[in-house]
Amino acid sequence: MAQHKINYLSEGGLPVALTTVDKLVQWGRSNSLWPLTYGLACCAIEMMATGGSRYDFDRFGTIFRASPRQSDVLIIAGTLTKKHSPFMRRLYDQMSEPKWVISMGSCANTGGMFNTYATVQGADRIIPVDIYLPGCAPRPESLQYALMLLQKKVRTESASRKLKPKRLV
Amino acid sequence: MREYSNKKNEQKKAYYNDRFYVAPQIPKDEVQSDEVFAKDVEDLQSSFDIKEAYIQRGQLVVYINAKDIVNVMKFLKEKLNYNFLSELSAIDWLAKSGEFEIFYQMLSTSKRKRMRVKFFIKEKEEIQTVSNVYKSADWAEREMYDMFGVRIIGHHYMKRILMPDDWHDHPLRKTYPLIGDEEAQWYEIDKIFGKDYREIIGPEERDSARIVEKDTHRFARIKHEVPFGAEYSDTPIETDYQEEGGIPIVRKLSKKDVKILKERP
Repeated sequence: MAQHKINYLSEGGLPVALTTVDKLVQWGRSNSLWPLTYGLACCAIEMMATGGSRYDFDRFGTIFRASPRQSDVLIIAGTLTKKHSPFMRRLYDQMSEPKWVISMGSCANTGGMFNTYATVQGADRIIPVDIYLPGCAPRPESLQYALMLLQKKVRTESASRKLKPKRLV
Repeated sequence: MREYSNKKNEQKKAYYNDRFYVAPQIPKDEVQSDEVFAKDVEDLQSSFDIKEAYIQRGQLVVYINAKDIVNVMKFLKEKLNYNFLSELSAIDWLAKSGEFEIFYQMLSTSKRKRMRVKFFIKEKEEIQTVSNVYKSADWAEREMYDMFGVRIIGHHYMKRILMPDDWHDHPLRKTYPLIGDEEAQWYEIDKIFGKDYREIIGPEERDSARIVEKDTHRFARIKHEVPFGAEYSDTPIETDYQEEGGIPIVRKLSKKDVKILKERP
């Protein structure tokens, strides 16, 4: 006989919580957002610091994956050059649905200080972005906050989201 | 709005008036003032046609003919012990005289001297590669081709080094706009989506100071965030990580329950 016997009928009721499939699925998804190991410039250093032990991304269930096929989140960490843009689009296309994008830092948001011929003026010209994270480079705390906001966004979405592009891009 | 600054400040006059700072010419010294360089120029003169030679900031500058370049390089390496080719590039004088000035920066570790070999070529003129003499010229010549469009004869892999292969024009020419020509501005759209998508995506936003508060496609106001493209809202919303009431298993942390320690236990 168990040492601590619990009488479900009298103490606190049955261990049952009522919820919806949407909430359950999205709760699971939001707590295992796996980003792609993908750094473009100096923001990637901050992204690596966020993944390291001091800031510890793992406690959000966020584990960097080496393949786009296994990833849910694309963190655009750094300056996106025009030469590189087709490769980034290809990586995004290779990710399976559902997928989300965090644009990290000024360069990925708007091109930043690189108002030049070789820089894409905002990564959202190529792929749809969910969270724009300002900063140059954003501190690890900011990236954490961006991820937490993304988690919140994921939880408000429907689980059976239609596979339609969020925008024309 | 940017704070008003007094543009009559005498000390900052040059900053406001000279859009591009024109450096004063560094004084040129006679070659004879340095005996090592004097000997080098004498040796070079015995085999090649030297147009001009002088010393600037302790470095020898020698102008030669474009056709001599490979032989001059071999001579410098084998006879005069200039064992490093540290830099090689072009200067765009197309607007002034229709010419490129090509320079080769050399270093001799045994003599502890630096020198520069220079010559002029016309815009469409081709030059011989020196990558067979100095290996470091390999990438430098590719970069020169990429950035200025100076064509090199005899290079084993004449291909752009920095820009994509299908890039239009050469970006370091003075006639090339900083924000890129039309091809450059639409490069990623044309390549990924095709030219038809230009209208859908729209031109690049190049003004980094532009703010349109009510354009929710491009801007978000802190504590007034709305979904992408939704109507602009003036009523503030609480941006909080956690949902009201918490989610299953995770309990919401309220400010009342927080205990702040005065000092470390």
